[in-house]
Amino acid sequence: MTDKTNDIMDTPRVLPAGEATGEPVISIHGLKKSFKDHEVLKGVDLEVYKGENLVVLGKSGSGKSVLIKCLVGLEYPDEGEIKVFGQDISQLKYDELNALRVRVGFLFQNAALYDSMTVRENLAFPLRKHKKTMSREKKESVIMEMLDNVGLVDSIDQMPSRLSGGQSKRIGLARTLILRPELMLYDEPTTGLDTATSHEISELMVRTKKKYNISSITITHDMSCARMTADRIIVIKEGIVVAEGTYEELEKSKDEWVRSFFN
Amino acid sequence: MPPNLNPYQKARITVTARRSQLQQFFYGAGNLVVFAGRFFKEVVKPPYEWREIFYQCYLVGYKSTFLIGLTAFIMGMVLAIQTRPSMADFGAISLIPGMISVSVVREIGPVITALICCGKVGSRMGAELGAMKVTEQIDAMEVSAINPFHYLVVTRTLATTLMLPLLAILADAIGMYGGFVAMNIHDTMTLRHFFVKAFAHLEFIDVFPAIIKTFFFGFVIGLIGCYKGYQARRGTESVGVAANSAVVASSLAVFIIDMLAAQITDLL
Repeated sequence: MTDKTNDIMDTPRVLPAGEATGEPVISIHGLKKSFKDHEVLKGVDLEVYKGENLVVLGKSGSGKSVLIKCLVGLEYPDEGEIKVFGQDISQLKYDELNALRVRVGFLFQNAALYDSMTVRENLAFPLRKHKKTMSREKKESVIMEMLDNVGLVDSIDQMPSRLSGGQSKRIGLARTLILRPELMLYDEPTTGLDTATSHEISELMVRTKKKYNISSITITHDMSCARMTADRIIVIKEGIVVAEGTYEELEKSKDEWVRSFFN
Repeated sequence: MPPNLNPYQKARITVTARRSQLQQFFYGAGNLVVFAGRFFKEVVKPPYEWREIFYQCYLVGYKSTFLIGLTAFIMGMVLAIQTRPSMADFGAISLIPGMISVSVVREIGPVITALICCGKVGSRMGAELGAMKVTEQIDAMEVSAINPFHYLVVTRTLATTLMLPLLAILADAIGMYGGFVAMNIHDTMTLRHFFVKAFAHLEFIDVFPAIIKTFFFGFVIGLIGCYKGYQARRGTESVGVAANSAVVASSLAVFIIDMLAAQITDLL
């Protein structure tokens, strides 16, 4: 970590409980990113291990979303190295980057469902593009399986505009999971949802992780979601990681600013 | 501008502001050229999105048929009604079908079709892609390893390029029929006689360049509509701006291409 301002930073890096071991799935070193004169990320270092869910906390505008967008090539860093599955993102050609993107799922804040397509077409779209040899029947069964996972089989022929916020998120998750990614990036998955629906989405994330053994990074402000899903948490303040640890550790942090997230 | 400035300072501020606008114009024009370059690079690359191309052709072509047909019919009628008194003064009523056919085929049909498509198709594309950009649907495609430029821009631009000539031919036919209907308000002329007279005045040089220029009209309408949508930034306001500027920029481009086409045709 670049700026060890917190006592937890001096303790050895906490490995999550369970299966999170081995080579890191994501490895970021010295990541810097600016927009015009505004420096958003000022040298972020982090690693995510297989099967681990890393939750990123931070106030609005602290560069959390930019961080995960850099992981899939939606934004490019000014400085630093980003390795996903051992591949340096900035060195990849477009086709190589796309091959990597198939292994990574990204759930957007507003689900980003294609609003000119039905739920079925939204789910079929990635299959049509990436599983060309898959039979029509197999595609249909995969779609049904994914909708069953998120409990929305009945919504298959609805347009996204007819779905509630929570339903959209769940369909977005189903669409993302349909290509069986090895890594999930969640950008504020519970923002704008009521408490009960947020809880459902968080449970769904936990179930998904267990079922498919997916590593993930979750950007959130929702502490309930963080507590349910996090193996490890990092806190970003003004573009720098200022604290790292488990939920319980950070809850007892000596840094009042870090503790304020948990109160 | 502060009131206590001398004329030199005021002029300097004005020049700086104008220079900034000019820079922005050239910056936008440069970006559009790069965007067009990317289109030509992507259009030959597989996979070819036939399904989306046909769907867009349906939206651009079939869905615009009624509006373009009605407008062309009215334009043909107006042309015949307004020219009739002058032609009657010269005893040249029999020349009206020829005059209508040349006007409609050379200019009115292609330009009216293009302008309607700027408003109907260009604005739709600007708003659609702008909304997709703002709601991160384009980013979602990108991270799903689906090339959004290939899927969205290439298909839409190809659809407008292919459909505009067909719509213009339809507009020509209906426009001439509108002229025939208008002529029959005061005079009596059979449909066959009208069209024999109309086609007698048409030459290859009237038809061929007019059709060719509609391909260019279609190309710029699709390309500018998609470009403006693609340039939308965060916020719903930018969707409106994208739709509006798509119409303005593509209409301007249509007139510029029309002027160039007229000059080139004149040389032939």
